[in-house]
Amino acid sequence: MIKAILIFNNHGKPRLIRFYQYFAEDMQQQIIRETFHLVSKRDDNVCNFLEGGSLIGGSDYKLIYRHYATLYFVFCVDSSESELGILDLIQVFVETLDKCFENVCELDLIFHMDKVHYILQEVVMGGMVLETNMNEIVAQVELQNRMEKSEGGLSTAPARAVSAVKNMNLPEIPRNINIGDINIKVPSLSPF
Amino acid sequence: MALKIVKGSIDRMFDKNLQDLVRGIRNHKDDEAKYISTCIDEIKQELKQDNIAVKANAVCKLTYLQMLGYDVSWAAFNIVEVMSSSKFTYKRIGYLAASQCFHEGTDVIMLTTNQIRKDLSSPNQYDTGVALTGLSCFVTPDLARDLANDIMTLMSHTKPYIRKKAVLIMYKVFLKYPESLRPAFPRLKEKLEDPDPGVQSAAVNVICELARRNPKNYLSLAPLFFKLMTSSTNNWVLIKIIKLFGALTPLEPRLGKKLIEPLTNLIHSTSAMSLLYECVNTVIAVLISLSSGMPNHSASIQLCVQKLRILIEDSDQNLKYLGLLAMSKILKTHPKSVQSHKDLILQCLDDKDESIRLRALDLLYGMVSKKNLMEIVKKLMLHVDKAEGTTYRDELLTKIIDICSQSNFQYITNFEWYISILVELTRLEGTRHGHLIASQMLDVAIRVKAIRGFAVAQMATLLDNAHLLTGNTQRNGICEVLYAAAWICGEFSEHLEDPMQTLEAMLRPKVATLPGHIQAVYVQNAAKLFATVLRKHDGETESQAAQETSQLLIDRLPLFVQSANLEVQERASCILQLVKYIQKLQQKNVEVAEEVTALFAGELNPVAPKAQKKVPIPEGLDLDAWINEPPSESESEDEKPKAVFAKEEPKHSRSRHTEVDEKELARRREVRKQEQANNPFYIKASPSSQKVYDAPGVEHIPVVQIDLSVPLKVPGMPMSDQYLKLEVERRQKEKAERKKKEKKKKREKRGKERKADSGPESEEDITPAHQVDIVTEEMPENALPSDDDDKDPNDPHKALDIDLDKPLADSEKLPVRTHRPEALKSPAEDRDSESVPQETKKKSGKEKKKDKEKDRKRSKEEKKKKKKHKEVEEELLESQPEEAVQSEETKEAAAPPTSTSAEASDLDFWLSSAPVPPAAQEVTAPSSAAAAVDTSSAAAPESEPDEPKDTEPEDTKSSKHKKKKQKKEKEEKEKKKKKRHHHHHQHHSDAGGEDSVQNGTVEEEEPLPPMSNYSLLAENSYIKMVYDIQGNHQDESKVVVSVIFENKSDSFLKSMEFNVLDSLNSKLQRPEGAGAHDSLTVPFQLPPGVSNEARFVFSVQSIIMPQKLKGTLTFIVKSDESSTHEKLDFKLHFTCTSYLITTPCYSDAYAKLLESGDLKGSSLRLEGINMPFHHLLARICFHHHFSVVERIDSCASMYSRSIQGHHVCLLVKTSDQTVSIDAKCDEPSLLGNVLDEIKQTFSKC
Repeated sequence: MIKAILIFNNHGKPRLIRFYQYFAEDMQQQIIRETFHLVSKRDDNVCNFLEGGSLIGGSDYKLIYRHYATLYFVFCVDSSESELGILDLIQVFVETLDKCFENVCELDLIFHMDKVHYILQEVVMGGMVLETNMNEIVAQVELQNRMEKSEGGLSTAPARAVSAVKNMNLPEIPRNINIGDINIKVPSLSPF
Repeated sequence: MALKIVKGSIDRMFDKNLQDLVRGIRNHKDDEAKYISTCIDEIKQELKQDNIAVKANAVCKLTYLQMLGYDVSWAAFNIVEVMSSSKFTYKRIGYLAASQCFHEGTDVIMLTTNQIRKDLSSPNQYDTGVALTGLSCFVTPDLARDLANDIMTLMSHTKPYIRKKAVLIMYKVFLKYPESLRPAFPRLKEKLEDPDPGVQSAAVNVICELARRNPKNYLSLAPLFFKLMTSSTNNWVLIKIIKLFGALTPLEPRLGKKLIEPLTNLIHSTSAMSLLYECVNTVIAVLISLSSGMPNHSASIQLCVQKLRILIEDSDQNLKYLGLLAMSKILKTHPKSVQSHKDLILQCLDDKDESIRLRALDLLYGMVSKKNLMEIVKKLMLHVDKAEGTTYRDELLTKIIDICSQSNFQYITNFEWYISILVELTRLEGTRHGHLIASQMLDVAIRVKAIRGFAVAQMATLLDNAHLLTGNTQRNGICEVLYAAAWICGEFSEHLEDPMQTLEAMLRPKVATLPGHIQAVYVQNAAKLFATVLRKHDGETESQAAQETSQLLIDRLPLFVQSANLEVQERASCILQLVKYIQKLQQKNVEVAEEVTALFAGELNPVAPKAQKKVPIPEGLDLDAWINEPPSESESEDEKPKAVFAKEEPKHSRSRHTEVDEKELARRREVRKQEQANNPFYIKASPSSQKVYDAPGVEHIPVVQIDLSVPLKVPGMPMSDQYLKLEVERRQKEKAERKKKEKKKKREKRGKERKADSGPESEEDITPAHQVDIVTEEMPENALPSDDDDKDPNDPHKALDIDLDKPLADSEKLPVRTHRPEALKSPAEDRDSESVPQETKKKSGKEKKKDKEKDRKRSKEEKKKKKKHKEVEEELLESQPEEAVQSEETKEAAAPPTSTSAEASDLDFWLSSAPVPPAAQEVTAPSSAAAAVDTSSAAAPESEPDEPKDTEPEDTKSSKHKKKKQKKEKEEKEKKKKKRHHHHHQHHSDAGGEDSVQNGTVEEEEPLPPMSNYSLLAENSYIKMVYDIQGNHQDESKVVVSVIFENKSDSFLKSMEFNVLDSLNSKLQRPEGAGAHDSLTVPFQLPPGVSNEARFVFSVQSIIMPQKLKGTLTFIVKSDESSTHEKLDFKLHFTCTSYLITTPCYSDAYAKLLESGDLKGSSLRLEGINMPFHHLLARICFHHHFSVVERIDSCASMYSRSIQGHHVCLLVKTSDQTVSIDAKCDEPSLLGNVLDEIKQTFSKC
């Protein structure tokens, strides 16, 4: 079982959190902080497994993470999951994000947290792995997006226009901030 | 109105959406909290509007804020509103928000039940999907109960997308509503063979998750999983299954044996590291479960260790980590094979990666030996010094202690060294493990008597330097050590060189800053030291020193009397008064030393930690019983108990005090000593060590090399290294001496074979530096061995420990909403829940049909030919038209080997079946032996029926059976149309023969004589054949003949061919393409003295008559010189019994059956039967495949069913060696033959 999926950036700012077991909001934040503390001090060339933090899990739980550019993807899993399997799952998830967002970067996750959630929902459900085939995941996500479009979507055209107008006044448009090479593209690893 | 709408949409245009919110937050980095609070106010306004789009937008923003840590539970109701929107876009937002912030305590969840149900049954698969996903995150027991049935229906949805989600969510439903597990399990099991790999994977996932917690309930699925393992190519599924097997093997070692080979193959063949790793892990689990006496598995261990070494040596840190992790599992059972990789593991200790170092540390535990312990610990101590983080350092500390103390300090040869290590560890700053060090110190000092002198000296130094330990308040943890130091110095104070100085150290004012429990020990042990000092100065008249000591105590103790800690206060004031009294006596020159020492006399023995728990309750003692009669209700006051305490109790206690005088005490002590001497469990101090105490000199302890007083007082100097050097020297010396001796011996034994002594020093060669006798911990007599007191009673999985193999009872079904329109229900729902598996089986059956299409085409021609025969037969045998269809079925089904064979065959049988590797069986498809794997010859423990004892209401049961019958008929009709392969999927029907033996003897005392159903088929000087015939519960016109071939000769038997002359009624099933007279090759060869079993399938038309078939076995006898062709004729006897299948029957159904009047009766009397009734029943059960329906004293009703559905009922009565059997059956000739056979069985014995 997967107990939690956390995505945060190099500064510990959460980009997506998904707990499959209830924790109150303040506890969730503590867990994020603790996990960030544990993960961030590790070099990039050490192993991707960590014995779980004190707040989440215990001896049966492991943190399995990957670090892509500016983001950490952390899965907290128990012993029923295969460690290498989860590593591959993270890779599948990130590659799926890359496909859905076309060269995904941190900003995509920042501004489209809901979409990332919808993608994740096609990969993991209730803490159990639902689908590992990327094409299948992408297909389902796209079908649902198409459905949303046919319904007019949440932010219909006029609203978008308005928000564009609103942005005119802003001193800087975050889209244009140069955050360097934050594209989360990683050479595809050995096939699973 | 129109204006309002326009206004609404304009408002909306200026609402922030999620992107605006994020942007806003990013632009207000300085006053983020303030900005967000204004946003929340806006959101609250938006939620008040009627427009659902606005609400959804607001909820979407809330989801984001929730991620940032804001509590959004106040909007729960609005979330529910958005969830119930008809638009997918909004619904999705609502469910996402709900899944992020709803939990069991959210009260609005109650309101969602109907909405979710509506979404689940929505025609749009994504509505359903979104609802399932959301529900998986916030399902509550109530939701689970109310929706279980709807979700179960979705498990058979046409879209695999929904099916897989429904399957996965069932796990959550089971957790919250355990009652749903049994009704839903059959369908879940079917999903293991779903055509869609995603659904299959989901089902594997769920079952693995369930089985991980309660593996024993899922053992019966092992064959099915085994099949999946050998056929699946999906690595995810494989990994899950292999992990599951890892959990199952400890319960069933036979499973392990079966697994080894396919797993080894996978290890060799797979390129996926994850799969390889899990295989290795499971092989390890198998090896652990087989650990004893399997020498031929050393190859597997070698393979595992070798693969793991490759992982550990890999540059990928992840593989290295996992390799070490798996290595530590091997270590537990096969330490030797891991020890050879010591170099590698020590190397990992220096890895830069902390995770890897920790794993390597785990392994060290098993690497140590007497020889290398000091070396390894030295290395670890270096790491301790270098370690920067406290967590890693603490881990190191515990590991050092673990390693040293393992199995009763087995590897420690020099305890002085160990004590110095412990003392060195106390210098660690900020460790949390002071307590651990303290308990080690106590443990060693108490249990290793020879070390006490040294330990006391060290502890005295520690106490003297206590300021170093307590100086910093942050180092709190370590001051626990002082607890041990004080206690050791006090208790073993006779070894102290200068007790006075230690006493002074213990009474320093600074001590008052220590934690209370430590102060208490200080005070108590100060008194002990005081006693020692007094005794030292005993005899010196007017000893100044003794009086000074008393004064010291009187001066310093008041500090402790004022302590806030009650314990300290109480002890201090007691001791203070005592000392004051002693001082008075001293001033009067009274000898007090003796009396004061007596206060602390006596030896303390270590007691095992669980000793108290394990004291057995003496026989006849009922702890729950009233000691006195409970006061009766009518009595007005509790007078009686009052009287007890008021009158009798004081008398007792007073007498106890007064009567015990000195003499009596001495006598009792004597008696006790005697008792202890005779008690093997009481550990006595060995006489040698006692001597040491009498003369507190230290010549016994070889500390000559070290000047104790000097280095120990300098706390910065690593002491233990010296010991290491000394140890090496000592060992070399010893070795040299031994060599000398050896040489001497050699000289003496000159000419005899040379001894190889130059090899590496073996364990035994290392003698401990000094003779230590480790006192073992005391345990009460007859201690109870049970150790399972660590189970967590709050584990939610405990509720899921449910026997899944028991047939479903009527009451067990998922709650269905009754007011739902009938039309909506699927046919499976309104029927008895037991019929669910059959219902859905059909669906998966359809899929299988496709695969078999090819086979069928080929067999069509054959069928046409046979149809002619059939018509003739129909007239001849007056068989029912249905039977004709069935036999046609058989031909069709027998052609391809039954692919579902493993599923139906029960576990025991599966586990004990042919030694041919099962993977190979599946490949060598058309051999009839393989086709017959699914016999019911062995018992089916999972279907062990408890029906007779069942307490279900009777009427429901009988109605169930009726339904079942109707269903059967219906099915048979369907079969006619579809001509598909038929499976019995009822759990009832596959109980086997041996099982029914148990059935008949459930409550009996007497053991049964061993029974076998195998009877001799034929025999000559080369070979012996015995056989047994069993009906096949999967197919109504097939029986399986199991033949055991035993090679009696000294030669090799090969090319065995089995042939039978078919009759019109019974035919041997031959592979496709073979002629009607071709013989079947027995799929094995027989070395001398070996026996093996092969199975042959026969199809039968009519089963009402017994039949004999002639046959021949031909084989080649191959000896060293020659090979000859031999043959052996035999007659296969198909009794009517062999067409019966043990079928349990409820007593009410049985009664109905008898009442129905369809059955014709017959009876049988047996005279001179001289065996217990239960043996008689067991024999009938075993040899004739009956089951006991009900038994009352010497009368029992029994039931069986033929493979073609004839009911056979027996009423067996016994009195004085006469047994009368009244029987009823719907086929009189079958009954007559069965009775004849029963008679024969009993005439034989």
